[in-house]
Amino acid sequence: MKPAPFAYLRPSTLEEALAALADTQGAKVLAGGQSLVPLLSMRLAAPSTLVDINGLPDLDGIAADAAGVRIGALARHADVLASAEASASQPLIGMALSHVAHPTIRNRGTTVGSIVHADAAAEMPMVLRLLDGTVDVASVRGRRTVPAADLFAGPLESTLAHDEVAVEAFFPALAPGGGVAFSEVARRHGDYALVGVAALVDTEGGEVTRARIGFVSVSDVPTVVDVSDALDDPAGAALAELEPADDIHATAAYRAHLVKVLTPRVLADAIHHARERTGA
Amino acid sequence: MTTKMFGAKVPRVEDQRFLRGQGRYVDDLLTDDPRLLHSAVLRSPHAHARILDIDVSDVLDVEGVVAVWTWDDLTGPMAEPLPLLIPHPTLTHGRTQYALAKGEVNYVGEAIAFVVAVDRYVAEDAVSRIRVDYEYLEPVVGIPAARAARTAVHPDVPDNVGARMTQENGDARAAIAAAPHTLSLDLDIERSACTPMEGRGTVARWDPDTSRLTVWSSTQTSTGVRGCVAAKLGLDLAKVDVITPDVGGGFGVKVVHPWPEELLVPLASMTLGRPVKFTEDRREHFISSAHERAQEHHVEVGFDDDGRVLGLDVEFWHDHGAYTPYGLIVPIITSTQLLGPYKPQSYRVTFESVYTNTVIVTPYRGAGRPQGCFVMERTMDAIAAYLGKDRTEVRSANFIQPDEFPYEHGLVFQDGRELTYDSGDYPASLAKLKELVGWDEFEDFRAEMAAQGRRVGIGLACYVEGTGVGPYEGAHVHIETSGKVKASIGLTTQGQGHQTAFAQIVADTLGVRFEDVEVVTGDTRKMPYSVGTFASRAAVMSGSAVHLAALRAKEKALRIAAEALEAAEDDLEIADGVVSVKGTDASIDLGTVAVLSNPLRYAFDEASKAATQFRVGDPGKPPVAEGDEPGLEGKDFYSPPRSTFANGMHAVIVETDPDTAEITILKYAVVHDCGHLINPMIVEGQIHGGVAQGVGGALYERMAYDESGQLLNASFMDFLMPYVTEVPTTIDIDHLETPSPLNPLGIKGAGEAGVIPSAAVFAAAIEDAEGFPITAMPISPSELFALRLEHADLPAEALSEETR
Ligand SMILES: Cc1cc2nc3c(=O)[nH]c(=O)nc-3n(C[C@H](O)[C@H](O)[C@H](O)COP(=O)(O)OP(=O)(O)OC[C@H]3O[C@@H](n4cnc5c(N)ncnc54)[C@H](O)[C@@H]3O)c2cc1C
Repeated sequence: MKPAPFAYLRPSTLEEALAALADTQGAKVLAGGQSLVPLLSMRLAAPSTLVDINGLPDLDGIAADAAGVRIGALARHADVLASAEASASQPLIGMALSHVAHPTIRNRGTTVGSIVHADAAAEMPMVLRLLDGTVDVASVRGRRTVPAADLFAGPLESTLAHDEVAVEAFFPALAPGGGVAFSEVARRHGDYALVGVAALVDTEGGEVTRARIGFVSVSDVPTVVDVSDALDDPAGAALAELEPADDIHATAAYRAHLVKVLTPRVLADAIHHARERTGA
Repeated sequence: MTTKMFGAKVPRVEDQRFLRGQGRYVDDLLTDDPRLLHSAVLRSPHAHARILDIDVSDVLDVEGVVAVWTWDDLTGPMAEPLPLLIPHPTLTHGRTQYALAKGEVNYVGEAIAFVVAVDRYVAEDAVSRIRVDYEYLEPVVGIPAARAARTAVHPDVPDNVGARMTQENGDARAAIAAAPHTLSLDLDIERSACTPMEGRGTVARWDPDTSRLTVWSSTQTSTGVRGCVAAKLGLDLAKVDVITPDVGGGFGVKVVHPWPEELLVPLASMTLGRPVKFTEDRREHFISSAHERAQEHHVEVGFDDDGRVLGLDVEFWHDHGAYTPYGLIVPIITSTQLLGPYKPQSYRVTFESVYTNTVIVTPYRGAGRPQGCFVMERTMDAIAAYLGKDRTEVRSANFIQPDEFPYEHGLVFQDGRELTYDSGDYPASLAKLKELVGWDEFEDFRAEMAAQGRRVGIGLACYVEGTGVGPYEGAHVHIETSGKVKASIGLTTQGQGHQTAFAQIVADTLGVRFEDVEVVTGDTRKMPYSVGTFASRAAVMSGSAVHLAALRAKEKALRIAAEALEAAEDDLEIADGVVSVKGTDASIDLGTVAVLSNPLRYAFDEASKAATQFRVGDPGKPPVAEGDEPGLEGKDFYSPPRSTFANGMHAVIVETDPDTAEITILKYAVVHDCGHLINPMIVEGQIHGGVAQGVGGALYERMAYDESGQLLNASFMDFLMPYVTEVPTTIDIDHLETPSPLNPLGIKGAGEAGVIPSAAVFAAAIEDAEGFPITAMPISPSELFALRLEHADLPAEALSEETR
């Protein structure tokens, strides 16, 4: 369990990092290393060069305002989770992050890294997708903003080019009439979910005007289903778009069952949350 | 008077080191030695294949690679199969692997080539450049495939059966046929493994100047490793020292020896003249060490209206993996220990131990007992359910009674000796357990929870554990002239607290301060005669040996002190390291006695001056009397006639989520009887650890082999060892102390106890919560969900509505 040989660069400016990525065939960004290092050690990935971005300045910010929460590429899960401002602006961030791994992993792993890693079993890519967030990406060609809807290409595959660095993720704030909720079933505390479900609702006068549900671990990419027109059977509507699969931890049937159990609960919680916030 | 240490909750002396990160494990050794080389192993990616060709020509080009071995490079005993350690006569078709595969591989992970390089990174790079041509063979995975025998794992064992064994006491089949009630059950347990924190590891240093080999190994038996290394490498035993430093857990897997690497590392060191290290990584541990537990059982039982078992007929199949280096220990233990605290009027057991193309099997904490306990306790529960009786009542009706000890089962145990229980009080244990868990109040609790829409269940399971198997252990106790005491025992330690428990015994036996006793374990230079640490035998075997050795040292101390104090030996007592004449001021330090015991020519300090020939002894006699020895030491061995039998009973209350089928532990209670407790804190620690491991085995851990023999969960990401969050925060423990009559201290083993009843007790509680039989373990929420569907008349959709 030792990585194959690789070159290691630790640039001190973003420009240097981008240049190195552009110039080097098979280079890869190293952020918190909580996903990448295990892949290297098991020789499932063998990049020619690691461009360690941990030495880059000004990328660890967590800034929240009425519009939403901006999370820098080097902000650790633990710092984001601890940010009262972030959770005040968009409570779903904290609700979901508390299910991401364990404290030691959260101390090192980055929220942006988790999003770029694009694991359909991970919480934060789905949360970004549900909230219609964006990721700011830089390369030698300049900057662009990628909407979450365009970010996830397939299992563990984002649409970022190999020489692009995600510098920041933006999670829109919860609207005044909005409510959110999150729940998951995992085999052990902190494990990737067998099924995870998040809900985002908008209400007016306590009535739901829009409801969307995001799912973890029941499809190849983070999946969001609009259930605004299926409030009495949100799970049924969702299952039509999900592809629960068998693995060594659970059958597809059990996962589908969990979708049925969790979806109405989480939706009800989100509606409750919205009503609580609006006093409706 | 010295405070009595035996029985006291003495904090473990080793914890200071361990908690401060000062433990020294094999991988910590020789790290500063620039000559140290590292190794890696090419392992088979296929479960069953013929090796047509191995091409290592690309390997030596890798910078930093020093040497590579395949089977073709091995000679003499190294080219022969590894030893079959326990050649039970019933194991008619035993097979062992080669240190490096010869022409075929029989499991994913089997060693094929061994690379030595300047570091492990380079060694792994080199391994990835070895090219092997395979001819694939159909793999045999799982017991049904082994029994179907469409393919043979070993061509000369066409039915895949390594051994068949039957034992019978009475005519069980006739008794069942004549019984008023009968039941039959099929009960399965899956594969799991020990997964200690530290994997396997070996370091060897050959000293060409003195022709001596020093081997450090993370083993449960340093003497065993020494014997194997000497034999395989053609060295005199006296030229080989094996030292076991701190070991990060064993749980059975490290009792196998020699592992291929345990021989290849010393071979490489001798060949290259440099120290060599092998440190197993986690993936390797999963695919190339050992597993256990997989068994399928069929039970026929006949009983009367009270639930008394009149006849019990058990047939089972044990999956021993690709080879049988450790013989038949596991299925033999299942077949004999299955009976637990009960006395069926007749019993017949038959097993087949079968080959599969999977990792080998060795005893894993509990060693066949968890399966046996599962079978017996599921049977007891089934009888109770059938008769509509309380489950404790049926058990009580079958218990061996306190006045029936020693109790002979009429069977032969794993050590080839009669299965005879020495002592126990099962009714008293059960009464304690019912009290501890609230058995009689449970129906009220169930109703209370049901009113909140919650589903709970309670289960219990009883076991008896043969502990302290022979053949022997030894100890050496040396009182130094400083008065400090060094005790050496031969067996190794893997974190059990031996430094503490054995020091407690020595302190009490000798009458010295606990702080003055230091215990050395697992070093063949100090104690070359030993068996090893397994089968809950350390306390019984080495505890008794160290007590006997300390008695010998004490005898000698009293004899010398009596002379010095001009008193009769009977008038002397030893306390806090001082020998005194009872009721007088006359006394002498044990350290001074040690000085007097060793007549010296040279005075190298003040103390030794007192022992020169000018000062001590009768000038008319030889300084060391005939039959005597210099020095204040005692050495002795303990070899019991047979095993001693500890017992215990566990109960658990679980909650099963009506919607998600998740299983939560609400209460876990243990009543435990291992005779006299040397250190209750250590015993409780063993129980805590065992219960935690048992929770893993019952609810989380399994070896997920696919049909092609690939282990799909060979990492801690997917092999679900429970975290602290999955283990009950409190475990209620009560002890009963029924001393063993077989050893001087009345002790029995405690190391495996905590894990034995887990599968049984969780199955019982989940069954109680759900109302349908649980016949296979482990069980996950996904599987519980599937069982609910199977047992529901309602379709899947309606089920969760119904249960809400
Ligand atoms: C035991 C364990 C349990 C875990 N459990 C969970 C869990 O329950 N839920 C969960 O969501 N995650 C879990 N994780 C993963 C964890 O959240 C990781 O930290 C996260 O997925 C990746 O973040 P990182 O900063 O460590 O990224 P790295 O491991 O450094 O990188 C991951 C990938 O993203 C790329 N990358 C990272 N940052 C950037 C960037 N800024 N720009 C471009 N590319 C980038 C890397 O090149 C690499 O391909 C777990 C990890 C472990 C070890």
